[in-house]
Amino acid sequence: MGVGSFFTSKLDEAIGWARKYSIFQYPFVTACCGMEYMATACSHYDVDRFGAGLPRFSPRQADVLFVVGTISHKMAPVLKRIYDQMTEPKWVVAFGVCTCTGGFYDNYATVQGIDTIIPVDVYIPGCPPRPESVIDGLMKLQDKIAGQAQRY
Amino acid sequence: MPILAELQRRFGDAIVETHEQHGDVTAVVARDALLTVLAHCRDDAALAFDVLMDLTAVDYLKFPGREDGPRFEVVYHLYSIARNHRLRLKVRLDEDDARVPSAVALWPIANWLEREVWDMFGVRFEGHPDPRRLLMYEEFVGHPLRKDYPINRRQPLIGPAS
Repeated sequence: MGVGSFFTSKLDEAIGWARKYSIFQYPFVTACCGMEYMATACSHYDVDRFGAGLPRFSPRQADVLFVVGTISHKMAPVLKRIYDQMTEPKWVVAFGVCTCTGGFYDNYATVQGIDTIIPVDVYIPGCPPRPESVIDGLMKLQDKIAGQAQRY
Repeated sequence: MPILAELQRRFGDAIVETHEQHGDVTAVVARDALLTVLAHCRDDAALAFDVLMDLTAVDYLKFPGREDGPRFEVVYHLYSIARNHRLRLKVRLDEDDARVPSAVALWPIANWLEREVWDMFGVRFEGHPDPRRLLMYEEFVGHPLRKDYPINRRQPLIGPAS
C-alpha cells in the first residue's frame, strides 16, 4: 500500500465515522407507520444516541430519506422528486413492509415496493416495525455509511 | 308523509321499483326521469332533500341472481335537514350504455362524487363540467372497482411531471 492510498483510506474512515454519527433524516410520512416512527424518534428510544435525533423537514438539508408508510401510484412522482431534491451523499431507508414490497396492498393503487422508483439502502420490515427494529435498521445503515467509499 | 307513495303518485311508471324496510326508503328510477325526480326531491317543500349525502355505484356483474340483469346501479343518498328524513334513489344501467345525466346543477357536491364514480366504475355523467378522473392518475387504464378488473393488474408507473 502506497503512502497516498494509506492516507485516502484513513481519510475515508474518518469521514465515514463522522457521517454515520450525523444523520439528518427526512421523514416522508404517508401512513400509519408514522406513529411508530414518532415513537422511535421520541426521547424513550433516544435516536440521538446514533446522531439521528434531528429530522430536517427540507430534503435539501437531509442525508437520509425515511420513507414511512404506503406509497400510492399517485404519490410516487412526489417521492421521486423529493429524492431528486436531496443533495449527495444520500441514503434511503424503507420503513415498514408497505414501502419494502407493497405489503398486503396487492392492488391497483399501491406501489409494490419503493425500490421500483428509487434506490433503497436499508429495508426495515414489520407492520409496523417495532422501535427496536428501527434502531437495528438505523445501526445497519450506520455500518453501511462507515464502510463505504466516501465521496467528497 | 310517505315519500314513496308521493313519488309514485307523481311520477307513475318512472318509478320502476320501490322498497321500504324499517324506515329505510329506496326507489329505483328510470334514467330518463332521473333529473326530474332529483329536482323534485330537492325543491318540493314536503320532501326538501337539500343534501346529497352520497353518490356511488354498484357493479352487479357477478352478483348471485343478477348476472343477466343491468350491470350497474348508480345510487343517490338524499337527506333533508329540515324534515330529517332520507331517501335512496337508484338508476339501473346496462354495460354498453353506462351513462346518466349529471346532477352537478342540483347539488355542487355531485361534481367530485361523479368524478369518483367515473374513475372507479366507468359510468359517464353527461353534462358534467369537469369529467376527469378523481382518485387515479390520468394515464391509468381501466376502472379498478369493476368486478372484472384483475385485482393484481400492474399499471405502468408514472414518472414525475417534468
